[in-house]
Amino acid sequence: MENELPFTIDQFYKFLAENKLMAGKCTNCGKIHLPPRPLCDNCFSREFTWVEIAGKGKLLTYTVIYIAPEQFQDMTPYAVGIVELRNGLKLPGIINTPLPEQLHIGMELCIDFIACSHAQPWPKWPRYCFKPI
Amino acid sequence: MKGKPLVSIVTAGLSKFGKNEGLYTRELFAEAVKEAFDRCPRLDPKADIKAMFVGHMGEAYEHQGHTGATTADWAGMLNIPATRTEAACASSGAALRSGIYAVLSGLADVVLVGGVEKMTHRSTAEVTEYLAMASDYPFEQWNGVTFPGLYALMARAHMHKYGTTENQLAAVAVKNHHHGTLNPMAHMQKEISLETVLNSRKVASPLKLFDCSLITDGASCLIITKPELAKHFTDKPVHIIGTGQASDTIGLYERKSLTSLLAAKIAAKTAYEMALVKPEEIDVAEVHDCFTIAEIIAYEDIALCPVGEGGILVESGETRLGGKIPVNTSGGLKAKGHPVGATGTAQAYEIFLQLTEQAGKRQVNNAQVGLTHNVGGSGATAAVHIYRSHD
Repeated sequence: MENELPFTIDQFYKFLAENKLMAGKCTNCGKIHLPPRPLCDNCFSREFTWVEIAGKGKLLTYTVIYIAPEQFQDMTPYAVGIVELRNGLKLPGIINTPLPEQLHIGMELCIDFIACSHAQPWPKWPRYCFKPI
Repeated sequence: MKGKPLVSIVTAGLSKFGKNEGLYTRELFAEAVKEAFDRCPRLDPKADIKAMFVGHMGEAYEHQGHTGATTADWAGMLNIPATRTEAACASSGAALRSGIYAVLSGLADVVLVGGVEKMTHRSTAEVTEYLAMASDYPFEQWNGVTFPGLYALMARAHMHKYGTTENQLAAVAVKNHHHGTLNPMAHMQKEISLETVLNSRKVASPLKLFDCSLITDGASCLIITKPELAKHFTDKPVHIIGTGQASDTIGLYERKSLTSLLAAKIAAKTAYEMALVKPEEIDVAEVHDCFTIAEIIAYEDIALCPVGEGGILVESGETRLGGKIPVNTSGGLKAKGHPVGATGTAQAYEIFLQLTEQAGKRQVNNAQVGLTHNVGGSGATAAVHIYRSHD
């Protein structure tokens, strides 16, 4: 039944709201897409199954943001990084830590799901972040 | 034996780069067009020019889209096909590429290509938000990754992998500001020291304010034609002998490498092969230094130095005027300024001046072969062109 849900970014965030990090696995060639996409960029198949991805990985690179657009200004300075999950998939995200300048490449992080309410009409996506283990 | 000309540039124009208060996008573009027309008295614009491609990134700045028609209207070029090209900061690199398609197709013998952006009337927060639109929204922007943040992620990875230093990043800014002092059209025309860069306020670590290019208003254009028609318009055309354009994942996070731009490498390889030119034969290059790290990565992607040695190359002084391969003699995006849609053809404008010996105080001696490297977003688009002077 789950596999009848569309393999879209919107659905990715709907799963995220349920504290699940989900990717689409192409049933034809086996490529795992995180984020999911409705057309496999490897074999052009449109057949996928949902697979849950463990939200743990290592930090590939990071930066501490001091100048941000208005919606993030009250969070500055904050750290963002690119995290390589255990199976080679990657995601960018905010790294929730009180000591952003003490981050280091290669450190272990895990995903944190954040419930949030939205004032704006679009998008209604929840947020996630990473935190040191 | 270098490659045969694909198209020839017969004239070029630039508006003053800087804070052009009160000037609207279409008015800036008309300023660049006027210079191009004035430089080429044998051109009859209304009779000769058959199509226009204009790079422009953001309608948010002025609530104004439909830039092809708008700029054609104010340039006095009504009724010809006029199309906006958009590839973020590579919008006018893409305009040039589109113009080459048009000329080579035979559908339009003389084509006006250019770009424009009006940015300085907006707050830094607004510009930060608009520029971020060049990057992935649902994962990068949504998660607070700013545009400088993306290049900061590359900078940190490059420093970690190759030992590149903050001093080497700063050396790019010092060099390009020096070149900017020699360019009367540049936004910033003052020398800066290494300490100025290192002590400037943090934007996205390790990048500081002086590692970032400028928020600038400006426009640029070129008129290109079939090589066999060039002599009709000028005795000193500049020939484009290689063109490459490529794309990559919109998300930086999806790339295999965080220390080079695959699209730029592919575009450069394509252009070099078409031009029958080797990297060591380039006399002068304009590269996309939207951030200091971007120039260091550009050196490596266009093969001016081995991978990982971009920082060493800038510190050696060889990319400064007087060095073996001067890079960004115009001042680059860093000092000349970066009106994003205008940048690609503004780079070509500088190479046009250099290869026709009109670059004044910043003229590279005996410059015969030039290269431009124009990047969109965090590298999801890149356009590389190779030029040579007329024999």
